[in-house]
Amino acid sequence: MREAELLKLISGLRRAELRRWVEYGWVVPERRGGDYWFREIDVARVRLVGQIRRDMSVSEDNVATVLSLVDQVYGLRNELRRLARAMEAQPESVRMSIAERLHAER
Amino acid sequence: MAQDPYKVLGVAKGASADDIRKAYRKLAKENHPDLKPGNKDAEERFKEVQAAYDIVGDTDKRARFDRGEIDADGNERAEQPFYRHYADAGADHPYHSADGYADFADMGDIFSDLFGHARQPGGGGRGGGGGARTMRMRGSDVRYAYEVEFLDAARGAKQRITMPDGRDLDLSIPAALRDGQVLRLRGKGMPGLNGGPAGDAFVTVHVKPHKLFRREGNDIHIELPVALHEAVLGGKLRVPTIDGPVTMTVKPGANTGDRLRLRGKGLAGGKGGQRGDQHVTLKVVLPETPDDELTAFLSDWAKDHAYDPRAGMEG
Repeated sequence: MREAELLKLISGLRRAELRRWVEYGWVVPERRGGDYWFREIDVARVRLVGQIRRDMSVSEDNVATVLSLVDQVYGLRNELRRLARAMEAQPESVRMSIAERLHAER
Repeated sequence: MAQDPYKVLGVAKGASADDIRKAYRKLAKENHPDLKPGNKDAEERFKEVQAAYDIVGDTDKRARFDRGEIDADGNERAEQPFYRHYADAGADHPYHSADGYADFADMGDIFSDLFGHARQPGGGGRGGGGGARTMRMRGSDVRYAYEVEFLDAARGAKQRITMPDGRDLDLSIPAALRDGQVLRLRGKGMPGLNGGPAGDAFVTVHVKPHKLFRREGNDIHIELPVALHEAVLGGKLRVPTIDGPVTMTVKPGANTGDRLRLRGKGLAGGKGGQRGDQHVTLKVVLPETPDDELTAFLSDWAKDHAYDPRAGMEG
């Protein structure tokens, strides 16, 4: 959606604030013509930043840290899921020996 | 879709229930169709006002509207997916970060195989994906100019300034701050990216001139007007200093251009932490219009005591 639609959708979000988030790289919309284009993930991300800022009262200086951790967690979750899927594709015996090893490592 | 109910009623988002009720009653009275028969606009307006009050006049509905659960017509809004819904769907989005496991590749061949090539998507992605934005980046520095009063700069002060982007900044003006001095506020610039530290704010401070005081190094200079009789007879005079007025003794026979010194009444930060001095330059000032008595006295006095202050100026 376009910037104007997004601003209408999310009440209380000011244009200057949104532009700043884009400038800081917290939200990375696509460029279309002279306007920004926000995909669904960008819209959800804007909502997330808004909740971090307002509902959780995180200062603007600290939002980048929170977002960085959030991004890392999702990155790790993604890799973990890939690993799990790769293990799932293994024969029973391989899965068992990996499982045994994991228990022993704990 | 109906308009924002707060706008319809002309109240702020945080308005009290009482204010909302008042606004509603006023508008309802103004636009009641039975009181304005034949006025189609009023009828429309009345309906709008009623619909708006139906939502924000009800504590429960108002809270749900504020949370975005229902729209201005009171209809349920489609549930908004959380960010997780998208971020958990894979790595092919601009917010993907490999920072959480980037160093795993150093832990052995197996991890190198597993993770080292993880970020080479077989097509798609946005030209390198999150590579560039997962770098920790220090926020950029920002520069501002600010003007302070002479006395605040001389004595030191704490001031809250609002920056162009709306943030408030507490500025600590050190005593004896010089005109054009740059204050650095660590971490008050742009925020860093991906956990990088914020940049700094540099504030160039300009000191406004003062109508009485003038600064030279750590000393203060001031010109002090004295009356004719004070100059001739001497006396105790009140002199303004940056700390407030003090009393200074002027010896009999003082003259324009005489300089007196008030020790330690200058600015802080001299050698050994000592304050500078205040230099007072006297300036004899005659009454604005000499009265008859003074005129008569001087014409009499000049007969026997005439002197030439310009002697030696010619030739």
